Amino acid sequence: MATTTTTAPAAGSKDERVAEKSLLAKLLGRPEIGALVGAIALFTFFAIVAPVFLAPSSMATVLYGASTIGIMAVGVSLLMIGGEFDLSTGVAVISSALSASLLSWYFGMNVWVGIIFALGVSLLIGFINGWILIRTQLPSFIVTLASFLMLTGLNLGLTRAIGGSVSSPSISQMDGFASAKAIFASSVTIGGIDVKVTVFIWLAMVVIASWVLMRTKIGNWIFAVGGDEKAARAVGVPVVRTKIGLFMAVGFCGWVLGMHNLFAFDTVQSGEGIGNEFLYIIAAVIGGCLLTGGYGSAIGGAIGAFIFGMANKGIVYAEWNPDWFKFFLGLMLLLATVVNIIVKKRAESSK
Amino acid sequence: MGKRIKEEEILAKLEPKANDNLLTLKGVGKHYGNIIALRGVDMVVDPGKVTCVLGDNGAGKSTLIKIIAGLHQHDEGEFTLHGSTIKLKSPRVALDAGIAAVYQDLAVVPLMPIWRNFFLGSELTTGVGPFKKLDVAKMKEVTKQELADMGIDLRDVEQPIGQLSGGERQCVAIARAVYFGAKVLILDEPTAALGVKQSGVVLRYILQARDRGLGVIFITHNPHHAFPVGDSFLLLKRGRAIGYYAKKDITVEELTAQMAGGAELAELAHELEQIGGHKEELAEAEAGAANTAPASS
Repeated sequence: MATTTTTAPAAGSKDERVAEKSLLAKLLGRPEIGALVGAIALFTFFAIVAPVFLAPSSMATVLYGASTIGIMAVGVSLLMIGGEFDLSTGVAVISSALSASLLSWYFGMNVWVGIIFALGVSLLIGFINGWILIRTQLPSFIVTLASFLMLTGLNLGLTRAIGGSVSSPSISQMDGFASAKAIFASSVTIGGIDVKVTVFIWLAMVVIASWVLMRTKIGNWIFAVGGDEKAARAVGVPVVRTKIGLFMAVGFCGWVLGMHNLFAFDTVQSGEGIGNEFLYIIAAVIGGCLLTGGYGSAIGGAIGAFIFGMANKGIVYAEWNPDWFKFFLGLMLLLATVVNIIVKKRAESSK
Repeated sequence: MGKRIKEEEILAKLEPKANDNLLTLKGVGKHYGNIIALRGVDMVVDPGKVTCVLGDNGAGKSTLIKIIAGLHQHDEGEFTLHGSTIKLKSPRVALDAGIAAVYQDLAVVPLMPIWRNFFLGSELTTGVGPFKKLDVAKMKEVTKQELADMGIDLRDVEQPIGQLSGGERQCVAIARAVYFGAKVLILDEPTAALGVKQSGVVLRYILQARDRGLGVIFITHNPHHAFPVGDSFLLLKRGRAIGYYAKKDITVEELTAQMAGGAELAELAHELEQIGGHKEELAEAEAGAANTAPASS
């Protein structure tokens, strides 16, 4: 290669035809840019109309609201980048909480046994979703809609059959409850402000997911199976394992949130969770994940969840009627999707 | 590391013996239910040679390459690699055995950067255990270097591969196969969607791959692309081989006439028309197309 180094730039060195990208230009190329601009705009807006919004305690509340959506949005974002989506997430969270609660209560066991059992249940739900998707070749919309309905029925039916009520029995007096609550539903005091532990769990999960996505083989495979499944298969990417793994990752996120719900309130309403699956998908879409797959980021999903948290609580701080919240959410979703389409077209277009 | 060991195992089983061809097919056939897609195909691929597979749409070209690339398995006949009979269960097994396919439409994932596409499915990593991460700097460097060696000087390997032209994308896929130690390179109609000039570029890369000692299988329906680069020519029609020639035994005109010639000549006429100027040749090609059209029916 020594002969060519005089004429062609050596690999790795700077090419004179590529202008050094400014930080702004780099940012504009990121999938979550639309969401980031939206988040800043929304933040500024609420800071002006409701000054109490800026108080540290209000911020802790906003972040807590964001985290309960954001924990799921981590998994849902990865799944959407992998080209699928999951409508069963909302009720799967409740299924997980109910499994832990009912098993521990019925057998009078330490709640940690129930927690481990619930993890197994959540991963199994994800595995079954992925496995049926692969075996039947049906769209994930149909497969997960079916599991959404079945889980809704199981949640109600089994809870009544085992516990005899529409809500699970209280487990607050059982062994292990205190330690489990400390992990899944406690608060950390920072500078006199109570911040819920879910905020930290959420941020840790976003960091891990981003690292997996951008810096590991598995991340490369996730982008590939979502971007072009046939091409991925042809170059030897394990498409089946990647997809099933993604559904199981969503299951894991559902377990974390389910455990939070259980130990924050010590009982679970078996009919809850319906409709939440859309909030997670909305967070991911606002965050720049393409519905068609192959594009997006975990940070985007986190920003989407933060926007959700701000809009949800900001309306309360501004002392508006919360009826308007859904309108806000719909508008944000529409704007974000339009921005995403423009970004995708630019990325795909020829020079 | 696991992948490398697997490859060695497969290759150990396929210990090259003297006088064995790199890859041979003998009477290979494939049917989907009661539809016979391919029947009785013989073919030989040698290192440093280009074997062209010609045929019109529906002739069985795709089925043939899918069998060689491990996407489908043959139902009859014998498939040997380095003299050993083999049945490839998946594209991964085929890749590990040194057979790489470059497809016209599904070579790459458009939204992913060039370097990620280059290493997709065979990523380089550093570190151990749960902290094993992609060696991004190395991968970008190798991608740029390998493409430069193929004569493609890219400005930025970070740009989505969808932004490259069709010819450039083909070349990335070819460079990739060469880098990952392919011994057999299958090219599925690499020139079909390209203009005349871009086709010329791809044909040059085919010769470059050949000169590096690869056995190239070049699938095309255009004899004018196949003839200049090919060493032997397999003609398929309706799932059967209708001829298998060495280059010295056939001319481009015979090759054209052997195929369902009309369509190809019409295509040539179309290409000449695009270039402009060549009035006489254009008239000749059009006349030829008209003459051979009845023969093909």
